[in-house]
Amino acid sequence: MTAIIDQAPAHKIRRHNPRPRLRWAVSDALVLVGRGMRHTIRNLDALFMSVFLPIMLLVLFVYVFGGAIEVGTEYINYVVPGIILLCAGFGAAVTAVNVTNDMATGVIDRFRTLPIANWIVVFGHVVASMARNLFATGLVISLALVMGFRPTGSVLDWLGAVGVIALFILTMTWVSVMFGLIAKSPDAASGFTFFILFLPYVSSAFVPTDTMPSVLHGFAEHQPITPIIETVRGLLMGTPIGNNAWLAVAWCVGILVIVVPVSGQLFRRRTSR
Amino acid sequence: MTESPPAIEASGLRKSFGKTEVLKGVDLVVERGAVLALLGPNGAGKTTAVRILSTLLPADGGVATVGGHDVSRAPNEVRSVVGIAGQYATVDEILTGHENLVMIGRLYHLGKSAARQRADELLEQFDLVEAGKRPVKTYSGGMRRRLDLAASLIAKPPIIFLDEPTTGLDPRSRQSMWNVIRELVESGITLLLTTQYLEEADQLADRVAVIDHGRIIAEGTPADLKSTIGNERLELEFAGSAELTAAAGVIGVDTIRRHEPDTKLSLAVDGPDDVRQILTALDAAGVKVADLALLKPTLDDVFFSLTGTIQDDAEGNAA
Ligand SMILES: Nc1ncnc2c1ncn2[C@@H]1O[C@H](COP(=O)(O)OP(=O)(O)OP(=O)(O)O)[C@@H](O)[C@H]1O
Ligand SMILES: [Mg+2]
Repeated sequence: MTAIIDQAPAHKIRRHNPRPRLRWAVSDALVLVGRGMRHTIRNLDALFMSVFLPIMLLVLFVYVFGGAIEVGTEYINYVVPGIILLCAGFGAAVTAVNVTNDMATGVIDRFRTLPIANWIVVFGHVVASMARNLFATGLVISLALVMGFRPTGSVLDWLGAVGVIALFILTMTWVSVMFGLIAKSPDAASGFTFFILFLPYVSSAFVPTDTMPSVLHGFAEHQPITPIIETVRGLLMGTPIGNNAWLAVAWCVGILVIVVPVSGQLFRRRTSR
Repeated sequence: MTESPPAIEASGLRKSFGKTEVLKGVDLVVERGAVLALLGPNGAGKTTAVRILSTLLPADGGVATVGGHDVSRAPNEVRSVVGIAGQYATVDEILTGHENLVMIGRLYHLGKSAARQRADELLEQFDLVEAGKRPVKTYSGGMRRRLDLAASLIAKPPIIFLDEPTTGLDPRSRQSMWNVIRELVESGITLLLTTQYLEEADQLADRVAVIDHGRIIAEGTPADLKSTIGNERLELEFAGSAELTAAAGVIGVDTIRRHEPDTKLSLAVDGPDDVRQILTALDAAGVKVADLALLKPTLDDVFFSLTGTIQDDAEGNAA
């Protein structure tokens, strides 16, 4: 029988300087991103949703509603940018549940006793969300192409579109982190994901906003999803973008500038009790 | 002990949550290599004390050093010498046991292969080799507790905090947890464990501190504690309160404790001779005993002998 603690001096394992340095921060971040990826692969419900949600939406909008909606072009070419953003937004919102889970189950206490900077735990979720949702976006685009989506954008336009989508995913992820830190239970956090799922419907994602009654129209015109969608649509399909690109970036950056520090504050508060 | 400073030292620790004062000035000393059990009922402040000592919670007042480092001024240094297994297991449910340990090893900055090797070692020692391949959400309570303890040992910390390591475990899992803890103690670590069970403190600890309503109301060796309450408790039941009062008169009121329904009393006894004497005396006085039981003392009895009241009414006055 071996003793559980052999008497190897503890300082051989521990770092002399427990203060996190950049090198360790990078290695810690990689470990926690790896954890986030494992969660993604193991979470069968979410995985199922992220594959089947776009398939169902495409089928629904293109074949079921598409024939009845008049937008001046092939409806699939109109609707795909909206579906991309809806799926990415929903996928990012799952981050809220992951963050609440960490906070509510006490896993965070384990991380807090480790010689790492605590915010790296959140960072791991953010990076995993980016990777997961960019992958899902690729999947949605491939499916759409198979179903008859015919974008006209150049390589540069594509890069721009992917950039805007990535910025959107980042923004939604941080908003989700904030809600995850506010929510007391994973159930409350998953309620938030449904709110996010609903937002794109009241935008120009599926129908032009001028067909909506005036109150909804006003909301749809001025909510952040509309300029983001118009930008992606313009880049991929060559429709006019106007000042939507600036509006889209301004919205995302504006939201990030508020949400990231607020999340930091909430995180500090939740980890000092 | 010698001139080396204690592994854990706290004085005057205070903590309130809103208006409720949870710790009202707690003093604790644990010498290097010693085992202290912090014994107390639900809500006494055990978890709060452990969380403060392990830097997870800031205190409102008082000072504490762990491994010679001040918990509020040098939390990182404290974290580098302690391992903590909380009251609620803090392992990742979705990852397997093995993945959990490797991840934590990596975050302690062990190399990849060193982290794997350490994970294998710990799974072996905690009898989790097979379970290590499964996600933690499939584990029983006892397995989860063992994995959590394994996780806190990855970096071979010299000081360990265990918060109610066996609460909620069946007798067999409790035994196996005790064995694990004994091995740990033999290897020379310093241990602070909290418990609600007198027997657990007796089995594992060198010293016991009894905490109640945020105050330490007694401190000593398990033998000290037991000498104040006797080795066993005799519980006598009578047909009604009249018989009970009569019995109390025969035995002598100062050593007994009356129970709620007012038909039962219990008292400290030392072996069968004591029991025989008491029964003979009752018989001689014509008091009929309806039922009797010989019990191991519990936390209740500790509280009764220390404070003269049953624990829920205790105001925390030292005996
Ligand atoms: N975060 C918190 N906010 C408000 N009250 C709290 C908080 N944590 C603990 N308390 C209160 O402090 C008191 C002591 O709690 P603590 O968890 O330290 O007790 P304990 O001795 O560990 O009890 P148990 O045996 O039930 O684990 C309780 O009354 C509890 O309700
Ligand atoms: Mg507790």
